[in-house]
Amino acid sequence: MDLVLNPLAAVGRGVLGGCRTVGNAALFALEAISHVARPPFYGRLFLRAFFEIAYFSLPVVALTAVFTGMVLVLQSYTGFARFNATGAVANLVVLSITRELGPVLAGLMVAGRISASFAAEIGTMRVTDQIDALTTLSTNPMKYLVAPRLLAGALAMPLLVVVADVLGVMGGWMIATLKLGFVSATYLKATFDFLQFDDVFSGLVKASVFGFVVALMGTWCGYNSKGGAQGVGGATTTAVVTSSILILALDYVLTEMFFAQ
Amino acid sequence: MTGFGPRDATETSLLAAAAGVPKIRMRGVKKAFAGKPVLDGVDLDVAPQSSMVILGGSGSGKSVTIKCILGLITPDEGVIEIDGVDVLKLPRREREALGDRIGMLFQNGALFDSLPVWENVCFKLLAQNRITRARARDRAAEVLAQVGLAASVGDLSPAELSGGMQKRVALARAIAAKPDIIFFDEPTTGLDPIMGAVIDGLIVDCVKKLGATAVSITHDMASARRIGDQAAMIFKGRIVWEGAAATLGHSGNAMVDQFANGERDGPIQMELRR
Repeated sequence: MDLVLNPLAAVGRGVLGGCRTVGNAALFALEAISHVARPPFYGRLFLRAFFEIAYFSLPVVALTAVFTGMVLVLQSYTGFARFNATGAVANLVVLSITRELGPVLAGLMVAGRISASFAAEIGTMRVTDQIDALTTLSTNPMKYLVAPRLLAGALAMPLLVVVADVLGVMGGWMIATLKLGFVSATYLKATFDFLQFDDVFSGLVKASVFGFVVALMGTWCGYNSKGGAQGVGGATTTAVVTSSILILALDYVLTEMFFAQ
Repeated sequence: MTGFGPRDATETSLLAAAAGVPKIRMRGVKKAFAGKPVLDGVDLDVAPQSSMVILGGSGSGKSVTIKCILGLITPDEGVIEIDGVDVLKLPRREREALGDRIGMLFQNGALFDSLPVWENVCFKLLAQNRITRARARDRAAEVLAQVGLAASVGDLSPAELSGGMQKRVALARAIAAKPDIIFFDEPTTGLDPIMGAVIDGLIVDCVKKLGATAVSITHDMASARRIGDQAAMIFKGRIVWEGAAATLGHSGNAMVDQFANGERDGPIQMELRR
């Protein structure tokens, strides 16, 4: 009988543990959000986090976007050439970049940088008693450490994605005109004629959600880290992996919401 | 005695002192982690403007005791009173206001790496908008001088300081907001004996100057005798002895004397984990 029940019990424990983790993360996020709207406000910390996300992530996001646009043009050109549909390359590139690749790739790049950075910083503060010290200094750690970062994540990511969109399209345009022989004006006209407001808007909403998730996972994993350097290292890894997976999963959910017929 | 709003805190404190109420009173405080009891009914009184030292081996519950008083850990059972007010029953806002009257020196300093020393020192005052940033630099210089550090130290980052200097800065941060209760967690751990004595001297001076009540936990007997008026020993989550700090080592309690004299044989046996 135990042979049957033990695996089932293990599955049950896993499911319960998973539910507990999701519940804890949700409560953590709700508490942090509640602090965003209530004074005191830590504008300096918000600006620092905003600058860290929007400015210091810019090179990696820009390079990713440019090369993605370049590759996308080459791949779509060779594919569409089989159907004599190379005229649709510009349309495919701009839609792919603005709806999907801009927000998702920028999100994954920022997840690698920012989730890890937040988890390591806050995790170190946890294991060196700095978070307890905040409490004894009459400062709510959720308000001081978490809320400004979540707000910065949600507001900075759309800016990064605007840059990624522009550079991704430019990368595609560069290869299309310099290597594949497209006429510049025709390519750009096809790009902008086909683009609709919803395409860009949906990408920016995704970006905001991804930015929030990246900041949430970084702060949550750091806040709950234990056990010294090893614990902080584990929290950092978990933050990056979890936020990356959540970005991909939420991308599907948001795409379904925006574009499902 | 009612609440702990910022306005009536001093009044409450004075009334409590006049009525002979202990500054801190713990009764039957219990706390377990994952079913393992760490505090098993702690009873402790700390008189106003006195310095109490809590002794005990590693894992005996010293840190958990002060974390319960500070509100960093919520006990499973028991009463914790400050100036006769049960802090565990206070609404959240009043409990936070109580924090304004408390200072804490952490074992490793727990200075904020991302801030310069002067901002660390005046962190509470700045966080509560009790002081402007310009004025905070001057205030930090004043408090740093009290702990024997030059004003120029204020512009350094905590990582640039030696262990002893970090302890002094942490002490400056603990006293900057002029608290009336200060907790010291292993204030001399990791310091050489001379620096330990210097820190102890600063603690005694600062506590006296502020007229504060001090609660310290330490393994260092020399430090305990220097900074404590009273001492209490915690063993297996209970207070097993209270007395004058000066009698440590010849208290007449076998456990305390074994601990204070660092003797291998006696009623306290090291438990080896198998």
